[in-house]
Amino acid sequence: MLQTDEYTINIGPQHPSTHGGLHAEALMDGEIVKDVAVHLGYVHRSVEKIAESRTYTQFIPYAARLDYLASNLPCLGYVQAVEKLLGVEVPERAEYIRVILGELSRIAAHMLFVGSLAIDLGATTGLVYCLRDRERIMNLFEMTSGQRLIAAYMRIGGVSADLPEGFITAVEGVISDLPKMVKEYDGLITGNEILQARCRGIGILKPELAVAYGVTGPNLRASGVPYDLRKADPYGIYSRFDFDLPLGSRGDCLDRLTVRLEEIEQSGRISAQAVKDIPEGEIMGKVPKVIKPAQGREVYHRIESAKGELGFYLLSDGSEKPARLHVRAPSFINLMVLPHISRGGKLQDIIANIATLDPVLGEADR
Amino acid sequence: MEKLDHGRETPWTKLAEDAGIEFTAVSDPFFTYLSVSPAALHALMGILKQRLGMNYLADITAVDHGSEFEVVYHLYAIPDNGRRLAIKTRIAREAAVLESAFPLYPTADWQEREIYDLMGISFSNHPNLARVLLPDDFKGHPLRKDYRKEGG
Repeated sequence: MLQTDEYTINIGPQHPSTHGGLHAEALMDGEIVKDVAVHLGYVHRSVEKIAESRTYTQFIPYAARLDYLASNLPCLGYVQAVEKLLGVEVPERAEYIRVILGELSRIAAHMLFVGSLAIDLGATTGLVYCLRDRERIMNLFEMTSGQRLIAAYMRIGGVSADLPEGFITAVEGVISDLPKMVKEYDGLITGNEILQARCRGIGILKPELAVAYGVTGPNLRASGVPYDLRKADPYGIYSRFDFDLPLGSRGDCLDRLTVRLEEIEQSGRISAQAVKDIPEGEIMGKVPKVIKPAQGREVYHRIESAKGELGFYLLSDGSEKPARLHVRAPSFINLMVLPHISRGGKLQDIIANIATLDPVLGEADR
Repeated sequence: MEKLDHGRETPWTKLAEDAGIEFTAVSDPFFTYLSVSPAALHALMGILKQRLGMNYLADITAVDHGSEFEVVYHLYAIPDNGRRLAIKTRIAREAAVLESAFPLYPTADWQEREIYDLMGISFSNHPNLARVLLPDDFKGHPLRKDYRKEGG
């Protein structure tokens, strides 16, 4: 047999398939991947340090810039953490608005996932369809806050403004079209023979390995583990909604795709229930003008973001600025398994693995 | 499945006696905080994993308290068993070394690297304790309170 020399191939940091600034250094033996070293930090902004010199309210826009593809979700996680620290009650209407916007954010993030997976694997057309539909959700965000991508709409104690006229009707329009959209992606992308060949049986993540490495979100559920914080540790008003957890069986790239496609429909179901039940009323709870949680109080609050368990650890020193803020970023922790699922595969499988682990680097690097 | 209300009803004294470990347990509405010495940290985590099924280390973080660092581990179980535990341990600033949780919880790998990188706490027996977010030649650990920021 022919002997080959080992060599390394750099993927990124400047490459469209790395979804931001991710550098994967692949150690190759011929065509086979022996190992992958992941280098992070290309978009590190030190938000945890910045938080120590901002007031609790001033940090909200920084939270939006963590996962900028679903900006309402990191904002929600952060404001809920502060609310726990203060013991603030959130009005019913605001809770429902948060659920609607949170689930719409998840749908938007998953749509971009499907589209970018398609383009990463060479199917340019797929991206166009997903972006077309995601645009309708971006328009909804624009209606609520004026911001399409990085909305800082959540507030400690509620949301910044009430829903504008016509918003509920517009949401209902998008929700009713979701099954049609997903069917289209299914036919165009999942049904594509080349995409299936690139994804089926590729990058298998075993459930035991996923739990050991703290992988969460759709990536964990694609490995067949039914763990979703909206059910396991419900926050806000999530215990009121009826929805299913889509699960995979093989834990490969194809499962990670189909789980997200099904989650789009489940998020639509949750939003539809929220839109139906939303009450009239206040949108802001009773929050002190100057936010100063009691000295020594601490909290770790976690939500199910589009990427997995997004946690905020806050410690108060009694001043108006947090003594410590730590972000448990699902994108960062999910990436830890990239070498494990890539070893023994081909170079091109790394692209599929990065795409289906679905990291957003603004959150991974913080 | 038994619901243990964040673990407040767990007979901590018995668990500690059985294992020969000293620790204190304090609860707030969200967590039960177990404070333990750095030397007994590993043993305590091993027991929590084996006896209480806390197989999911969600988050590790560190806080700079001046002369001491506090490291906090947030533990859960998959599938969820109702327990919410936070383990806390304190180490001196001059000797900021702690045993790695990697053998018990592989997810500690990058999380401990992040703490090493940003807070400057070392972890013994870690497989690859290198910086993870900042460049390798970066000087200092920015999340320490005495780290001097430049500019704004």
